[in-house]
Amino acid sequence: MGGTDAKDILGLPKTPLSLTQEKKSRPQKESHRKPDGISREVYALTGGVAPLMPSIDVTHLKRPPPPDEKVAWQWLPVKSSARKDDLQLYHWVRVVNDVPPTGDYSFAKYNKSVDVLKYTDDEYENHLTDPVWTKEETDQLFELCERFDLRFTVIADRFPLSRTLEELKDRYYSVTRALLRARAQSPAELANHPLIKEPYDMTRDRERKRALSMVLSQSRHQEKKDAEILAEAKRITEMRLAARRAAEPDVPANENIGSVSPSSNSQLPATAVAPSTLTMADYASTLASLRMLHVYLRTYGLEQMVQAASSAVGLRTIKRVEQTLQDLGVNLKPKVPTKTVCDEHLELRKEILTLLNLQKQLQYKESEGSSHREGTYGAMPDTPKDRVFASEPFGFGAERPIKKEPKRKGPGRQSDTPSPAHKRPRKLKASDL
Amino acid sequence: MEDSHVEILSASTPKLRIGIDGGDDKNWRRRVNGVEVSVPIVCGSIAFFRGKKAKEYRTHNWSVYVRGATNEDLGVVIRKVIFHLHPSFKNPTRVVESPPFTLSECGWGEFKIDITVFFHADACERKLELSHLLKLNPEIYSGPQSPNVPVVTESYNEIVFPDPFECFLARAHNHPAVHVSKLPEGFNLPPPPPGVAADESYYKMKKGDTKDHPLSHWFLKFSEADELFKLTATRHKVQADIAELKRRLVVVDAQPEQF
Repeated sequence: MGGTDAKDILGLPKTPLSLTQEKKSRPQKESHRKPDGISREVYALTGGVAPLMPSIDVTHLKRPPPPDEKVAWQWLPVKSSARKDDLQLYHWVRVVNDVPPTGDYSFAKYNKSVDVLKYTDDEYENHLTDPVWTKEETDQLFELCERFDLRFTVIADRFPLSRTLEELKDRYYSVTRALLRARAQSPAELANHPLIKEPYDMTRDRERKRALSMVLSQSRHQEKKDAEILAEAKRITEMRLAARRAAEPDVPANENIGSVSPSSNSQLPATAVAPSTLTMADYASTLASLRMLHVYLRTYGLEQMVQAASSAVGLRTIKRVEQTLQDLGVNLKPKVPTKTVCDEHLELRKEILTLLNLQKQLQYKESEGSSHREGTYGAMPDTPKDRVFASEPFGFGAERPIKKEPKRKGPGRQSDTPSPAHKRPRKLKASDL
Repeated sequence: MEDSHVEILSASTPKLRIGIDGGDDKNWRRRVNGVEVSVPIVCGSIAFFRGKKAKEYRTHNWSVYVRGATNEDLGVVIRKVIFHLHPSFKNPTRVVESPPFTLSECGWGEFKIDITVFFHADACERKLELSHLLKLNPEIYSGPQSPNVPVVTESYNEIVFPDPFECFLARAHNHPAVHVSKLPEGFNLPPPPPGVAADESYYKMKKGDTKDHPLSHWFLKFSEADELFKLTATRHKVQADIAELKRRLVVVDAQPEQF
């Protein structure tokens, strides 16, 4: 009983889904012939539809074995070149016509190892001494390197003395490099060796790792701010570039169309929130680039300023602003664009943005923590813009009663008063005041 | 920073200006910061159905123009206007070198006319592009067109010169076609440079305004009053709503959480 009721509330179909699926798929299956070569279940895995590209050559599947071959499986000892000891291992081997397979164990070719150079004591004395490293340490390091195939994280872990990973790497690579140089007949043949061409740089390695960990640990807030600042910088440089390109070449010398004045930065209020700070810079840079044009149409100027205002917000918000303007009976593009009209229009747009932000904030706050709605808020005039937000769950302004769940009286359940364990907060009623 | 953006706070003696720029000529190229010159214009077209005289390819007589919004002479600022007609017209690039900047033609099709406006050198050396969609037929069909009632399409706009040249300001600031924003305190415009007053191209004897233009009684009047009123009223309303929302936000924040 509870199950169907729950489904009712959630709006799920009462009948189990599998039933409907079966009904649907049955006629479908009849229309598709399963191809030969694969079983029905396997074919159904692909969704009952043939793959776009023939992935399996059907003739390869379920081929009956050629009649003249006699195949048997035998438990045989195996020899692998990868093994250096004499351990004798056995496994099942496919024997055809009584002839066991020849050749090395098929996986032996994957047993690769790193070519770690070995130095003699003489070579060490002549080329490889180091103030910080003793011979014993270096020997141990090289032994570990060979054993663990230059997996420095493991080596660093096993190294008996305390050395950082970068130090170990540095020692290994510089020893190998020196050894290569010492052994080479001529410097030319070494020139292409990767260790010579790009030597390991310990400090760079450290820096790289530090930078990576910084990027990884950046908080989302930091990321957003960085992205905003980068976008803003890009906008400003693009605008300056466009303005500079648009500037006439034959203007007299004292015009000196230099870079756009840095006053845009000085206009930013120090304590402003990040998005509005960016918008101020947008306006300033738009104004500056308009001035750089030396002549422009008022409508063009307004367009640019509107764009600047909208650059910090998403497309959906822009659409909402325009919808609000329309609802309020204001032309999206003024019919008589004088300076005053354009200024007022721009200010109105900014104010609508603020209004929308506040509405969102209020909605968020109301749904977030507070447990009751003031029934006395009748003051909000029923403005056309309420229509825009009709879909929002908390319609403010209109006296919209919150739909209550139908109360159920089950066994052992109390009636209207919520039990202490009941998490849902009680709606404030007029009778409570 | 442009070194020419200098605030001229007084009618400085000529020698001061010479000292800075090294020559009378260059002084006039100095821009006046913080001042804006705007020229209200109307860009439009008027189209008459030819009625009985209409042929297949010549159904309408139309004129396209750029005029001052109050029908003043735009020749004070504009040197010439080029109307780019549809390529199906012969010599589609029509140049009008003196005001009134109108062009009349005869045709059957509606198309976008690109308009390039060139200014006098002391105003601006760059050209400005506009465009106008030529309409021959009324938006809503209301019976056969009368040859006496034209289809008029006009749009208002303003040509803005930010930080205008000093010489341009000096010459044009009193002209009725030109609006100048408030000049800074104590700013005195220098007299126009010699030779300008005598130059016919600036103070045309020939009438360049469109006040008595044959089509002038079809011109629309544009007033900012209605739109401005609507905008300020709407702003007040939005501001009131914002205040209300802020109040409610404060209340919501102050509420203790109840469980």
